[in-house]
Amino acid sequence: MKKIIKYVIIDILRNKIVLAYTAFLLLISISIFNLEDNSAKGLLSLLNIILIIVPLVSLLFPAIYVYNSSEFLELLVSQPLKRKTIWLSLFWGLAVSMSCAFFVGAGIPILLFQATATGFMMLGAGLILSVIFVALAMLAAVIARDKAKGIGVVILLWLYFSVIFDGLILFILFQFADYPLEKMMVAATAFNPIDLSRILILLKMDVAALMGYTGAIFKDFFGTQMGLIISFLVLVIWMIIPTWLSLRKFKHKDL
Amino acid sequence: MKKLIYISLLLFFAKDVFATIIHVGKEQNIKTIRQALLLAADGDTVLVGSGQYHEQNILINKSIALIGINHPILDGDNKYEIISIKANAVTVEGFKLINSGVSSIEDFAGIKVYNGKDIVIRNNILENTFFGIYIQYGINCLIENNNLTAYSKIEQESGNGIHCWKSDSLRILGNNIIGHRDGIYFEFVKNSIIWRNVSEHNLRYGLHFMFSNDDAYICNVFRDNGAGVAVMFSKGLKMIRNYFEENWGDGAYGLLLKEISDGYIENNVFDRNTAGIFMEGASRIHMEKNQFIDNGWAMQIQASCMEVTVHNNNFKGNTFDVGTNGNLVLNDFNNNYWDKYEGYDINKDKLGDVPYRPVSMYAMIIERNPPAMILFRSLMASLLDKTEKVLPSLTPENLKDNHPLMKPLAL
Repeated sequence: MKKIIKYVIIDILRNKIVLAYTAFLLLISISIFNLEDNSAKGLLSLLNIILIIVPLVSLLFPAIYVYNSSEFLELLVSQPLKRKTIWLSLFWGLAVSMSCAFFVGAGIPILLFQATATGFMMLGAGLILSVIFVALAMLAAVIARDKAKGIGVVILLWLYFSVIFDGLILFILFQFADYPLEKMMVAATAFNPIDLSRILILLKMDVAALMGYTGAIFKDFFGTQMGLIISFLVLVIWMIIPTWLSLRKFKHKDL
Repeated sequence: MKKLIYISLLLFFAKDVFATIIHVGKEQNIKTIRQALLLAADGDTVLVGSGQYHEQNILINKSIALIGINHPILDGDNKYEIISIKANAVTVEGFKLINSGVSSIEDFAGIKVYNGKDIVIRNNILENTFFGIYIQYGINCLIENNNLTAYSKIEQESGNGIHCWKSDSLRILGNNIIGHRDGIYFEFVKNSIIWRNVSEHNLRYGLHFMFSNDDAYICNVFRDNGAGVAVMFSKGLKMIRNYFEENWGDGAYGLLLKEISDGYIENNVFDRNTAGIFMEGASRIHMEKNQFIDNGWAMQIQASCMEVTVHNNNFKGNTFDVGTNGNLVLNDFNNNYWDKYEGYDINKDKLGDVPYRPVSMYAMIIERNPPAMILFRSLMASLLDKTEKVLPSLTPENLKDNHPLMKPLAL
């Protein structure tokens, strides 16, 4: 398993796209922190990158990578190796390289310029989101045999998690404005890892505003030790379930 | 010989001029303050040595100075009002007053002035009193350098730190007030000044004004009070160089202005409050050179406010700059610095060339539908904000700063 992971990582490095992604993140985060006179404001711009760019790249690149290495996968399957090992190695290879890219590209600037609670929360959220979206990309890639379809699905997934889901929430909020929806909203965030990480970051960044009327309800849940643990568990489930589903699918897939 | 006559004459009259000093203490002939007060005449001084005194209620009805040496302790045994003043020109200085009675019928206080002029209450320490210092019908009184601490956790079981009612020309200087219901409470008090006090961790308001006109509060610190500072139904107030900090929670404001007119708010700092200033029914208020830093809402200005001028203030790091509840705007924002301003300055006059709209679309959405806070800072919310900037529809058209500053003011 270690050998395959090593091979996958070396292959990804040779590919240079992930290196370019790292450089891009590094450039943006350093320029953000240097341009803004107020580094807290820099953190805000970085939030958008984490919530938009990181999921997008973590979805697209792994999906394409899985499609392109179909021959390599066939080769591996013909060897005396368990399919589980092969698939998980591929997952770990991709997950490690995407999170490393994020850590070097955005994490190090955060640690340098904003080593605060907000910064750490952002770093954690970025790393977890990287892994979650690698898992989702692999699920999409294993379900759709056709490459174009698979990448299309991945783009739709990104759209869904970053815009459509929030649009739906907003729609529900306004349609059912007369009902107490606060608790439901807390539950709803569990269905979108981007929202969940965003709220965890907001709790550190906009504490004052969140102490207002409804904010307090979110704060009461997410701000407590228990809420934090539950949120992280939910995020971990978001990593495990797509991986497990894709693994099940891959085991029986006719390559 | 003549000189001698003059001197002896002087000494003869001096007997009336120089008041006597009565010593109270364990080693003295007079052991209790009550006894001393019976002996004292107007203009006398009662010096109280250190020790602990359980004297139930001490009633001062003569114009005397009651002075403690090394903070003698006056204990109210959780039953009595400790010192009651019912005379003019009384000085109470240097005592430690503890454990006053608690009652929901009577307003027991550490020191209560029932009706008096020229009263000085200075350098006292009050601990665990129901009301701290209570002035009613006081004129020209000085309350200076007292430390008040209360420990009650429930609003109903605690009184105000410095409570002033129907008074005139008070000076409240350099007091520290912690853990009372309202730190300083003013009702029907005029022409008074509140200066250099620190009021923090109070259960309700750090400072509470009701129906009090022509007062000023200057250089005070109001920190982490249950609901910040409330100024209601008053006019002609001046608020200068105060700090309003860390007032968090639903309905907590750095400064609440309700039905206020002709106010002047200058050089204050609003730091980390849920809402820096909340204005309702405020009119003719002038605000300048204030700093709003890291608040949830720097300012919430309801549509019921008019002729509020907001000029030359700094707005930095606030989640929302301005919130409002309607489209009617009768107020004037100009020449403020907003850190969220994205305009440009072509003619280099240090003023932005395009107006800044401090009310964001999402602030309006949250105002109408509070749970929408959960989508704050999402891609969806930013998209809504951007479209609103191009085509304002929900945000009030006239609420804008026509000449925002490009650089923050040095305050």
